[in-house]
Amino acid sequence: MAEIPQFTRRRLLQSAGGLALASTVAAPSVLLAQSSDVIRVGHLTPRTGFLGPLGEYGVMAIDLAVEEINAKGGVMGRKIELLKEDSVNPQTASTKAERMIERDKVACIIGEISSASCLTIAQVAQRNKTLFINTGGNSDALRGSDCKRYMFHVESQNSMYVKTAGRAFLRDGLVKGKKWYSLTADYAFGHDLLKVSKRFMQANGGDFAGDDLVPTDAADFSSYLLKIRDAKPDLVVINLAGNQITNFLKQYAEFGLKFPVGGFGFDTALAWAAGKGNFVGTWPVVWHHMIDTAGTKAFVGAFTKKYNKPPENQAWGDYIAMKIVAQTINDLKSLESPKIIEHFEKGAKFDLLKTREGYFRASDHQLMHEMYTVTALPADQVKNQWDIFTSGAPVPGPDESLEVIAATKEENSCTFPT
Amino acid sequence: MSMLLMQQILNGLLDGVYYLLIALGLSLIFSLGGIVNLAHGAFFAIGAYLTLVISPYLGFGGALVLSPVLVALLGIVIERTLFRRFYRSDPILSLLLTFGLAMVAEQALRMIFGAPPLSYSIPQELRGQVVVGSFIYSFYRVVLIGIAVACVAGLWFLLQKTPFGRVVRAGVQNPDMVGALGISLQPYMAAVAALGIGLAGLAGVLLAPIYAVHPAMGNEIITPAFVVVVIGGLGSFWGVVVAALLVGLVKGVMVGIGYSAASTAAIYLLMLLVLLFRPRGLFGERMTRLEQ
Repeated sequence: MAEIPQFTRRRLLQSAGGLALASTVAAPSVLLAQSSDVIRVGHLTPRTGFLGPLGEYGVMAIDLAVEEINAKGGVMGRKIELLKEDSVNPQTASTKAERMIERDKVACIIGEISSASCLTIAQVAQRNKTLFINTGGNSDALRGSDCKRYMFHVESQNSMYVKTAGRAFLRDGLVKGKKWYSLTADYAFGHDLLKVSKRFMQANGGDFAGDDLVPTDAADFSSYLLKIRDAKPDLVVINLAGNQITNFLKQYAEFGLKFPVGGFGFDTALAWAAGKGNFVGTWPVVWHHMIDTAGTKAFVGAFTKKYNKPPENQAWGDYIAMKIVAQTINDLKSLESPKIIEHFEKGAKFDLLKTREGYFRASDHQLMHEMYTVTALPADQVKNQWDIFTSGAPVPGPDESLEVIAATKEENSCTFPT
Repeated sequence: MSMLLMQQILNGLLDGVYYLLIALGLSLIFSLGGIVNLAHGAFFAIGAYLTLVISPYLGFGGALVLSPVLVALLGIVIERTLFRRFYRSDPILSLLLTFGLAMVAEQALRMIFGAPPLSYSIPQELRGQVVVGSFIYSFYRVVLIGIAVACVAGLWFLLQKTPFGRVVRAGVQNPDMVGALGISLQPYMAAVAALGIGLAGLAGVLLAPIYAVHPAMGNEIITPAFVVVVIGGLGSFWGVVVAALLVGLVKGVMVGIGYSAASTAAIYLLMLLVLLFRPRGLFGERMTRLEQ
């Protein structure tokens, strides 16, 4: 009798479904021995998936920061021990945050890029009264309806991105009486950004020729490009995230469309991946590697020496957050989150490698700091694969309050849950 | 019908061709060996990365030939050392194997090339657009589709018109009978794995200039490819072809008529409907070993 494999289609589909489910919760766990001669800090950020490439910059940067801090004697005479994990998705991020706080007794958690995961980590942090510093989640809601006393934001909120790039678009006459076509990533970050951009356009007399929500797994933009070509907008606005920005830029050049491009969400690594000639338009960033300050030069030098490539903006976020925490613990001689929070809320100033120092705004825990717009260089002016853009002056300007680009209380209000 | 919608329909059909390259290999390997190759997307990514490695020396043309061949050789190695042990076992085992393989491959790419996406552009001589009436299309994609269609036609000829193809098709229907006739399916399996995996590698080369090249890029294309295989029906060459075009069409039209947010959901809905009314897929054949 010939052997007949014992499986059916139904069994197969069940197995495939089960495996997909299992893959979302699987996580390695190593039990760490407690010891008092180190201070543990948790780092959670997406290292796989569409935000993974950016998360990796965060990991490289925080490693560098800890190395520098420990080389200078650590904090309160103790070395920092970093616990790093892939946050994967909001559910996994929450589980891992819980484990870091309860089992590993971390002093605080730093990291994240996904706004959705930021929220679940913040809920755990709030419940356990442990500080969480968000280094990459942009949504205004995290600083508004979802704000938490135990969550601080080094990353700028969407409003700051929109108002920074918006100034450049206003200057170039691309707003008043003009029509925009926007593509928006279909998840928390994108929805929030679209809302803020629409508010900006409404306030400044512009309108939308079209706006499409793009599923986060979409890699091909040809259908959207045909619609954009048909709509003939004055500006194509990209509110996408992760590798989608690279895909879009490559395909926009491929189809030879010439409408001006800009966006409100951006990461330098994505422009580098699009490459010269494909990278076009004007975009806002929290930081970039060509800022002309001593602090930035030192950071870029150390990072390039260690990793053979310059850091991008996500690297700045995780690096600076670790430095802020270390400096604060040393100043206060205390690891306790409530004390650190009190110190932040009192408006302590921090060096951010920029021309001005920054501080956390007490009302919503957003870091107040300078932002920049970068504009793509034409292909024939690009000298190397990294310096493919020019930078605008810091926004806000030297005579303005740092708060002018942040969301006002009316636009986005936060009442911390007690 | 509006001009824009016409464009979207055409563009959607053309998009379906990319899925086809991946889905045909998946379908072949499953039909003959019963292996659900979750690592298929990883071979796609390896093909793309090899393009970046090879093209500085041999140009895009060189990569177009060499990269799929190297990926196919890798496929033979994997088939000989790993897949062959699982042909007759519970599919959950081969699912676990290929799932693990996909993770190993992704992480290996991350360790060798780094996590950030790498830069690669369309070669200078293939840039530009084709304009027919009001329809605009990228010249590179015309070339891409030409190559893909030629490959699909070649595969069809191989499977339908040659002695090799007859054995493979018989093996899909009834491996035990093929064995009883004194034909060993093992060398055929190696060849099929090489073909299927090589096609994934080819897709990687072809899409590297227009997609972001990053370690997890295989995940972006593997899910729609699976949907195509399920809709088309196992064991049916034309089923996969029709399903690939259908999936491309549904996606394109959903974006075209303003329901872009639902464009991914729509292909799953399509799969659900097909499974409800035709559990074997559109053109799926009745395979004795799959029925119980």
